Amino acid sequence: MSSPAPNESSAPQAAPFDFGVVGDGPRPSEPPAAVQAGQSDAEPLNASVNALRERFPGAVLGNEVCAGDQDVVYADSTQIAEILRWLHDDPDQQYDHLADVTAVDHGGGRPLQVVYQLWSIPGKRALRIKCELPLDALEIDSATAVWQGADWLEREVYDLFGVRFRGHPNLRRILMPDNYAEGHPLRKDFPLRGRFSRAEQTRRALTQDPEDYYAPGEIGGRVPQTVGDPSRDPSPALGQADDAEAGGPSG
Amino acid sequence: MAASTVEYGVSRNPEMGPGGGLVASPTAPFDAPEPELGSETMLVNVGPQHPATHGVLRLVVELDGETVVKVVPRLGYLHSSFEKLGEYRTWNQVVPLTDRMDYLAPLIYNCAYVMAVEKLMGIEVTDRCRVTRVICMEMDRIFSHLLWLGTWSIDVGAFTPFLYAFQQREKVYKLHEALTGARITTSATRIGGMMADLPEGWTKGVREFADNLPATLDEIHGLLTCNAIHVGRTQEIGAISAEEAINHGLTGANLRASGVPYDIRKDRPYYDYENYDFEVPIGCHGDCYDRYLVRMEEMRQSLRILHQALDKLPDGPMDVEDPRISLPSKTDCMSDMESMIHHFKLVTEGIPAPAEDCWFSVEGSKGELGMYVVGDGGPKPVRWRIRPPSFVNLSAIPRLAEGHLMADLIVINASLDIVLGEIDR
Repeated sequence: MSSPAPNESSAPQAAPFDFGVVGDGPRPSEPPAAVQAGQSDAEPLNASVNALRERFPGAVLGNEVCAGDQDVVYADSTQIAEILRWLHDDPDQQYDHLADVTAVDHGGGRPLQVVYQLWSIPGKRALRIKCELPLDALEIDSATAVWQGADWLEREVYDLFGVRFRGHPNLRRILMPDNYAEGHPLRKDFPLRGRFSRAEQTRRALTQDPEDYYAPGEIGGRVPQTVGDPSRDPSPALGQADDAEAGGPSG
Repeated sequence: MAASTVEYGVSRNPEMGPGGGLVASPTAPFDAPEPELGSETMLVNVGPQHPATHGVLRLVVELDGETVVKVVPRLGYLHSSFEKLGEYRTWNQVVPLTDRMDYLAPLIYNCAYVMAVEKLMGIEVTDRCRVTRVICMEMDRIFSHLLWLGTWSIDVGAFTPFLYAFQQREKVYKLHEALTGARITTSATRIGGMMADLPEGWTKGVREFADNLPATLDEIHGLLTCNAIHVGRTQEIGAISAEEAINHGLTGANLRASGVPYDIRKDRPYYDYENYDFEVPIGCHGDCYDRYLVRMEEMRQSLRILHQALDKLPDGPMDVEDPRISLPSKTDCMSDMESMIHHFKLVTEGIPAPAEDCWFSVEGSKGELGMYVVGDGGPKPVRWRIRPPSFVNLSAIPRLAEGHLMADLIVINASLDIVLGEIDR
């Protein structure tokens, strides 16, 4: 394998009998050097890797072979839109099925990886593309122009990791509520039980307005009909739901 | 190519429009001028607690009269953060999280997860384990399709097939219970093997189930396939072309109904699927009726695989004989100090995985079920990602439903075969 063994001396030591279920957040997973070292230039099994190198000489930063037979290409995040478009359209590549878009946070302040898993139905080939994004600039071009199926997958990455996809038609949270204010749960610096106390989480859950159940603008000028609580004023401006930082409604 | 095309044996009554409405009213037209109707659209909130949304799916639907203008699915009501929880557990401790995602086909999820981890760790499981997992996965494919068949028939207005399908599902529940002790949350697999060997007489039970199912399928086929109401409500509803279906990321029966013979068991065979004799049914219209036909045929093909797997189930050990992976037997643990220490160390420390990543996908009952596992040399995953097939399938629902009637939206939703535990994870 191309990646060296993790550096033993800096690996964090787990306390005995600590199953790690409750804590402040996971420990950093591996020494920072190991991820970078993975970007070696292994002999690829998939011809698309070399074709990609020829077509985009500057944009392919490295490649490796993982788990025995899986080709991974590290690509420059600024050119990912052209790379994906080419892989989809080129008659020799034909990666028409976008199986997955996800991200990996290795913790310890290392760059976040956005991972595209492609499959060519006519060519029966798989290819994995990875882009590394520094934690202070989590922005990358959206693949929705190439595959419409990328829509929800990218929304999920945005929701759980905070990666912003440029050009995405509807970049909103998808699994967490629109007004979720605790951050992006799958990041390694996010504690398992959330950032707010249990009491605060309960208070926020109980003081939701009916508008919070709709996306801003989704219900247009309509006034939602509330049932059972006449004291609640249903008229405040929509779009407030996005402003969760300002604190929950006073309800 | 082992693909077989399913074909319409019947077509819609020409007097019925798509969705079953009468094209020409049999009564004389009413002469009064059309009343002035407002042009305002109406917003209807379907779910999250609604029997026709198959779980806690919520659809915000904008209606113009009865026609769907816009559908906005709102997810997350069942979000349990399984992927985050997995990062705090050792590789083996993640297994119970997997079956809680798709409680309609738990064994497929158990198997897919450990297969991904075994590929990451470079473990080759025994022959007996491979065939056992094929039996488990095909049995649960039928198990899941039977639930889909029951709820689907309720959504198109037939109640009897639901009862017939659930009678058969009950038999699979019993087989689950015999195999693992649990009916739904099976947690049957372990890295390098299964939690236990097959119980006495279990294969006989599976064979009995496989022998009896075709009669039920024939019965349901007789009730639905040529039924005028069923045909009228499903043909030409929610149709999608092959190119669009691929572009939307549809997989499984939903993609095959559009005529794309993409089946991972054929295209990227795992566990000797290339040596099993079965066909991949594909449709040609891509509508709800084709999805019904494809799934009905898939159950019959799964039965064929099931019979072949039962015939060739070899004897021998179930777990790999590697002390770094498999636990010592319980008898050894209780009588031998070294085995006890071995057991203790394996359970408390877990099995380390290399600092690599691995993508592994199987043909689940809902579509392409991908597992992406990232290790760091330690006993816990850095990242454990599920490529949820019904999440991606559901994302096409605005494309499929817009322009159809509200009642058709329910049928389209049913035809996609979603499970919310896996969509929300």
